[in-house]
Amino acid sequence: MRMRKLGLRFGMERADRLFELSVTAVAGLTLALVWLLVAKMILDAQQSISEFGFGFVTGGAWDPNRDVYGALPFIFGTLLTSAIAILVGVPVSIGIAIYLSELAPPWIREPLSFVVELLAAVPSVIYGLWAMYALRPVMVDTIEPIFVALFGWTPLFEGEPVGLDKFVAGIILAIMIIPTVASVSKEAMRAVPDSQREAALSLGATRSETTRMAVLSYARSGIFGATILGLGRAVGETMAVTMTIGNANLISWSLLDPGQTMASLIANNWGEAQGLQLSALIEVGIVLFIVALIVNVLARLVIGRFTKAIPATGGGL
Amino acid sequence: MNAYAYRRFKDRLVSGLALACVVAALVPLGYILIEVIKTGAPAIDWEFLTSRTKGTGEPGEGIGNAILGTLLLVGYASLIGLPVGLLTGIYVSEYGNNKFGTTVRFFNDVLANFPSIVIGLLAYALVVDLLNVGFSLIAGSFALAIIMIPIVANTTEEALRLVPNSLREGALALGVPRWKTVMRVMLANAKAGVVTGSLLSIARIAGETAPLLLTAFYSNYWSASATDPIASLPLTIFRNYNSPSDVLLQQAWGAALVLILMVLSLNIGVRLFMMKRNGRRTKAVKKTWKTRLSLRA
Repeated sequence: MRMRKLGLRFGMERADRLFELSVTAVAGLTLALVWLLVAKMILDAQQSISEFGFGFVTGGAWDPNRDVYGALPFIFGTLLTSAIAILVGVPVSIGIAIYLSELAPPWIREPLSFVVELLAAVPSVIYGLWAMYALRPVMVDTIEPIFVALFGWTPLFEGEPVGLDKFVAGIILAIMIIPTVASVSKEAMRAVPDSQREAALSLGATRSETTRMAVLSYARSGIFGATILGLGRAVGETMAVTMTIGNANLISWSLLDPGQTMASLIANNWGEAQGLQLSALIEVGIVLFIVALIVNVLARLVIGRFTKAIPATGGGL
Repeated sequence: MNAYAYRRFKDRLVSGLALACVVAALVPLGYILIEVIKTGAPAIDWEFLTSRTKGTGEPGEGIGNAILGTLLLVGYASLIGLPVGLLTGIYVSEYGNNKFGTTVRFFNDVLANFPSIVIGLLAYALVVDLLNVGFSLIAGSFALAIIMIPIVANTTEEALRLVPNSLREGALALGVPRWKTVMRVMLANAKAGVVTGSLLSIARIAGETAPLLLTAFYSNYWSASATDPIASLPLTIFRNYNSPSDVLLQQAWGAALVLILMVLSLNIGVRLFMMKRNGRRTKAVKKTWKTRLSLRA
């Protein structure tokens, strides 16, 4: 600590010692508690783990009648919807970040950033409600038919648009990750030294060329980290997905078919599940925990302390 | 077209695209607000706000118990989450310049962005299952508190770091004990930041749904008992969003309106408060930020 270095720490009273101990204890306690609870979760999932072993993550059936559980359809659904969210949400977010960091007139930057971050403040369940009654008709009537006409020949857009499917869930996820990805990317771009921009500009580059050459190449790792952080949000998002994905335990490549993610499976079956099924649900939770842990730790390592730019307003994940 | 005109055209095109992205993000936000207000407002009257949910779909239902439930859940959660978050933030900022401090900080960063349904599972494991309380107000509050802690801790730490070091040194040089320096000098100067973080964390947990589904569950009755299931606004929406009954659907939209008003007014209020208060200080703060970032890079 700074003080110790400056030699200002003499005369430390007992109260000081006590204070330091208690704040340390509180900080450590939360840390210990969460890991303890993870251990408890693993204990709860023991029944399912010993019953299915590693086959749990490759098993395709989720059948309470036969008491056979496998998580593959949900891992698949989580990956597919998150992929849509990243593909749609990240380019838009980078566009927003470029505008807010490089192009917008200075007076509008702050208020506009705030409004974009407000997207993160809207609770997830309200996104779901809105998607159900406002987004779904637009998707079914306009957007999905266009995609069917253009890409109907690929396995990704087979079938009839119904509006309760992986595509709608992916789009709503894309909207939900925008504030996170945009504000972290913006912060990464703002951290690019002005000398970089000035160098490009003095060589005669236009603003867009400056952005590409000086800003984007410099902020690359920050933007990558922001993307991973967005992936973390998409993977764990529950309510909006539960309300739009159609909740069917099947593996289908068509985005127009309903599906299920790990999070939506837990949300859908929690009340009724008992015994082995409950144990299996908790195991799905552990898989989700591990995925989220890897994604988030990776994101922190990539972007370091840029993470302060994450809107604290974050809506219900 | 000569090369320069082409480059200028490309420049305009990129600017236009970037602006279009901003619009693309603002349209859903505006659309959500309009839709919730338009559909939710007709449901709101005094009876709706004060009578309880019944789940039958007959007229005369309200969301009073859900409003009370959300307030209780947020209140209990703040009771646990705010002090713990605050002390964790103090630890990390004032005593955390060591390996353990780095671990706590890193862990808080990770936890801050963790899927809330997983946090619901953790709270279930402890309160509902291990302590055998069952679905309850206290289990829900515990889950919300875990979500709250890293947010409060991170903003507290950030606020304490922005207090000029000279203040700390001045207090210590006057012989003020360390703990008093932290509590009276540092915290007093970081007050605005700490309050902001706390309010934002409250706004965040008020809208949380998934963890409550796993821990607090739902009750159609007026209840304030810590060990009983309890209603909440987000879960009222989730239970009714798909209902064939118009009354229940209307209830969902009404609950959405109340919830979004709570959350957004907290967010916008905090923002305006900060802007007013920091009118002069913002520039200094920004400079500190920039220095920190460039030092790291």
